[in-house]
Amino acid sequence: MTNSFEDFPKAKMFFIIGSNTTEAHPVAATFLKQAVQDGAQMIVVDPRYSGIAEHAQMHVPIKVGSDVAFINGLMHVLISEELYDKDYVQSCTVGFDSLKEKVLEWPPERAAEVAGVPAETIVAVARKLASVKPAMLIYTLGITEHTCGVNNVLSCANLQMLLGNVGFECGGVNPLRGQNNVQGACDMGALPNVYPGYQKVIDEAARKKFEEAWGAELSPNNGLMMPAMMDGLVDGTVKAFYVFGENLANTEPDIRHVEHCLESAEFMVCNDIFPTETTRFADVILPATAWSEDDGTFTNSERRVSRVRKAVEAPGVSKPNWWVFKEIAKRMGHDWEANSGQEIWDNEISVLAPQMVGIKFERIENDGLQWPVPDLDHPGTPYLHKEGCFTCGLGNFTPVEWTPPAEVPDEEYPLVLSTGRRLYHYHTRTQTGRCAGLNDLLGEETADISLADAAKLGISDGERVKVSSRRGEVEVRARVTKQVQEGMVWMAFHFREGCANWLTNPVYDPVSQTAEYKACSVKVEKLA
Amino acid sequence: MSQIKINGREVPFEPGQTILEAAKAAGITIPTLCHLPQTQASGVCRVCVVEVAGSDRLLPSCETPAAEGMEVKTDSPRVREARKGILEMLLASGQHNCLVMDLPPEKWTSFQIETMSRPWHDQICPAHGDCRLQDLAVEYGVTVAAQEPPSGEFPLDDEHPMIVRDFSRCIQCGRCVAACNEVQVNRAIPAPWGPRKDQDPDQGWYPLVDYDNCTHCGECVQACPVGALFEKKAYGLAYANDVEKVRTTCPYCGVGCQLWLHVKDGKIVKVTGVENGSPNKGRLCVKGRFGYDFIFSDERLTTPLIKQADGSFAEASWDEALDLVANRFMEIKQKHGPDALAGVSCARSINEDSYQMQKLFRAVIGTNNIDHCART
Ligand code: SF4
Ligand code: SF4
Repeated sequence: MTNSFEDFPKAKMFFIIGSNTTEAHPVAATFLKQAVQDGAQMIVVDPRYSGIAEHAQMHVPIKVGSDVAFINGLMHVLISEELYDKDYVQSCTVGFDSLKEKVLEWPPERAAEVAGVPAETIVAVARKLASVKPAMLIYTLGITEHTCGVNNVLSCANLQMLLGNVGFECGGVNPLRGQNNVQGACDMGALPNVYPGYQKVIDEAARKKFEEAWGAELSPNNGLMMPAMMDGLVDGTVKAFYVFGENLANTEPDIRHVEHCLESAEFMVCNDIFPTETTRFADVILPATAWSEDDGTFTNSERRVSRVRKAVEAPGVSKPNWWVFKEIAKRMGHDWEANSGQEIWDNEISVLAPQMVGIKFERIENDGLQWPVPDLDHPGTPYLHKEGCFTCGLGNFTPVEWTPPAEVPDEEYPLVLSTGRRLYHYHTRTQTGRCAGLNDLLGEETADISLADAAKLGISDGERVKVSSRRGEVEVRARVTKQVQEGMVWMAFHFREGCANWLTNPVYDPVSQTAEYKACSVKVEKLA
Repeated sequence: MSQIKINGREVPFEPGQTILEAAKAAGITIPTLCHLPQTQASGVCRVCVVEVAGSDRLLPSCETPAAEGMEVKTDSPRVREARKGILEMLLASGQHNCLVMDLPPEKWTSFQIETMSRPWHDQICPAHGDCRLQDLAVEYGVTVAAQEPPSGEFPLDDEHPMIVRDFSRCIQCGRCVAACNEVQVNRAIPAPWGPRKDQDPDQGWYPLVDYDNCTHCGECVQACPVGALFEKKAYGLAYANDVEKVRTTCPYCGVGCQLWLHVKDGKIVKVTGVENGSPNKGRLCVKGRFGYDFIFSDERLTTPLIKQADGSFAEASWDEALDLVANRFMEIKQKHGPDALAGVSCARSINEDSYQMQKLFRAVIGTNNIDHCART
C-alpha cells in the first residue's frame, strides 16, 4: 500500500476494485464501512455483489477480466472531458501523451462492450471519481490474479496518477496483501531477483555488499520463479526442492499438474507444523514451531513491521524455522552467528535492508513501524511519494492494452470460474480447520452461481452439482446467490474436496508469474 | 482557548467537546460504563453523571457539551451517592454470581442455588476480575444487602459455536449494539427503538442477534463490560487475574491486527484486540479472535520424519534428518550445480524465517532459486 489503514476513517472517496474486503480483510473493511456510514463515497467495481459492495453507493459489476478495458474507458472520459488533474500530470508525471493516445482508442461505448456495463455507467463513475479529491484506490487479488495482472496494476496506477491522487494522505494505490506476511517475505528477499530490501541480485554493487556481509560468493543470475521451479522438477533441471510452510498441492492451480511436479522431485524437504497434502511428497519433513511459539516480526499490507511473540511452548521437539536453516547451513560449512529472531533482525536485516535501518526490536515493543525507516529517530512512513514526489523522480504513465483471459467460455465450458477466499477459513484450512467452531460456521465448499444460471440449469440452492473444467472436476453443493452475475461461478480453495484448484488454469502473467486464479472456463451440471 | 472549571481547577476545552472529553484530556477521570470509544455516546447508564452549577439535575458528562465558564464537580458526595444508587440497581437487576453480590445469608443461599442451576452459572461469572460493574461496585462500596435479588427467567442464546449470550447478566448498556452497528458496521444487533417483531415486549429489551447479518467477529463480546457475552471456548478456563497477556500480531490476513493472547499454564485461553493498537484499534474478525487453537491440535508434527523405501515415514532425530538434508543438498549441488536446487519460503511465517531461508539458498547453496507465494 502506498498509504495506511489510518487513512480509511478519514478518506472521502474510495474506489475499490477486485477486493472482497469484508471477507479477505475484514477489519480493514470495518474502517471502510464506518467511513461510508459517516458520509464518505464508495465505488465498488467487482463482478460480484460482494459484502463490501453492499455498502457502496455504486456497484459496477464488470465482467471477469475486463479491468483494463474498463479503466481505459474511465480515463477516456477523464481526458476527453478534461476532468483529470492537469497540474499534477504536468509537474509529477511523464508519459501522458502516450497514455492519452492509447486511452483515446477506448471510448466508453467500446469499454462498455468488453466490460458488460452500460457506457453511461462508465461516464458516471469517471465523473463521480473526479468530483472528490483525493480518492483512495484499493485493490486485491481480483486485479493481480490474471494473465494480465501486471497490466491491471499499471492501469490502477495510471488512473490514480491521472486524477492526481498519488502522494497524499487518503489517496494512493493500495493493494491489500493477501497473507499476513506476504509483504514481509518479499521485503526479506524471498524472491529470485532481489536481496533483502529489494536490492537487485544482478546489480554488482548490491551483490558485493551481500557477499561481504555473508562471506560467500553469490550467483549473479536471477533465479527461478515458482512456476518455473515446478516445470524444472518435471524436466529434471531442478532436482532438490525445499518447501517451507506452503501447501502447494492445494494452493496452486491445476492440482493434478502440481502433484505430478512434486512427485518428480528427486529430493524434497518440507518444514511444516502439520502433515499436509504437500508433505506427502517430501523425503524429509521437519517439524516447525508455529505462530505464538517463536519470537519475530510480521509486516502487514501498510508496510508496518510488528512484533510476533512467543507465548507457549512448541510440541515435541519442534524447532524454529530459522534454527533449521542455520543448522543446515552449518552442516554445509557455514557458521551463522545470529541465534534468535531478535538477533537476526537487529544485527542482519535492519543492517542490510536500507528501508529497515531505523527498525530495531526495542522500537517496536508496542505499535510497529511502517518502512521506510531510514534512521533510529525516524517515525516511519505512513504514505509514500509524498506530494507526488516519486522515489524514481516522476510518476511514469504506462499505456496498456486489454487482453482477455487465457481461457474464455465456449460451448463446452460456458461459464467463467473465479476463485477467492471466504470469511471463516484461511487458505487450505491447515490452521482454521483445526480451530473449534470455525468448521461449524463453514463446513464445506460450495459453487456459488447466479439465480439466472440456476434457473436455466434447473439447480436449486444446496443441491449437489458437478463443476468441471478442462483440467478436472469436483462435486460440491450449489449456493444460489444474488452475489454472482449470470455466466459466472465463484469458489474458494479452503477444502481439499471441492477445491477450486482442481479446476483452475495454470497460466501466468508473463512478468509477475501470478496464476490466473480469477478466470477459467467451466461447466456446471446437475447430478442425477 | 475556552475554559471550564472542573473540581475547582481551570481546564481548557475545544468547542464541541463534552465534559467527559475535556476532563479526560486534563487527566481527570470520570467513571463510565455504557460509553464505548469510537462510537456515539448513548447516555443510558448515567454512571458518568456530574454536578453542574446552575442545574438541579445531575448531568451525564458523556453527552453534555462543555461550555465557557461552566463549573463542574465530578466527585462530590451527591455525585457519588447517585452513582452508587445506579450501580446497586444494575447489580441487583441480574444474576451476578460473584463476590460483590453481598446478600445477607438467608437470601444468599437461595439466590446462589437458583443462579447456579442456570446454564453457564456453575462457576463464578466469567468476567470476574475484568468486569466494569464489579470494579465500580468495589470502588463505590456498593451493597445489595437491602435489595431483592432477581429471580425468574432471562433469555439465553448459547446456540452459537463460539459465543454465549447470557442475558441474566445483561445490564442493557448498549455497548454490544454500538460495537456491532457502529464499529464493525454489521448491523446484526438491532437497537432497542423501532418496531420489533423478534422480542416479547413484556420481557423488556435484550440485545438479541440477527444471525443473517452476524459475521461472528465477537466485537460485541469484547465490548460487553460485564459477563453477559463471553467466549464459549474460554469458559471456565481462567479468570482475568490468573492470565498473562502477551501482545502479538494475527497470523491470518495482511491487515496485521494486534492481539492480546491471554495465556494460562502455557495455553492460550482467549484472544482479544489491543485497544488503541495500530492498525486495528482493538477490532478483530472471526479468524483473529477465534482462530488460535490450531496450535494445540494433536495432529501437529512433533518430530522429524524421513521417508522410507516403502513410502512410509519413520521418526528420526534432528541430527539424522539435518545430516541427510545437508548431505543430499551437497551431493546434488556437486553433481548438477547450485541451480538444481530450489526453495519456496512461507508467506505466513515470520520475517526472520524468510530471511534465513533466502540466505541459505544464496550464501550457502549458491543459487537465487528462492521464491514464495508472493502472488497470493
Ligand atoms: S459477533 Fe460481530 S457481527 Fe455478530 S453480533 Fe457480535 S459484533 Fe455483531
Ligand atoms: S483479525 Fe481478521 S482482519 Fe485482523 S489480521 Fe486477523 S484475519 Fe486479518
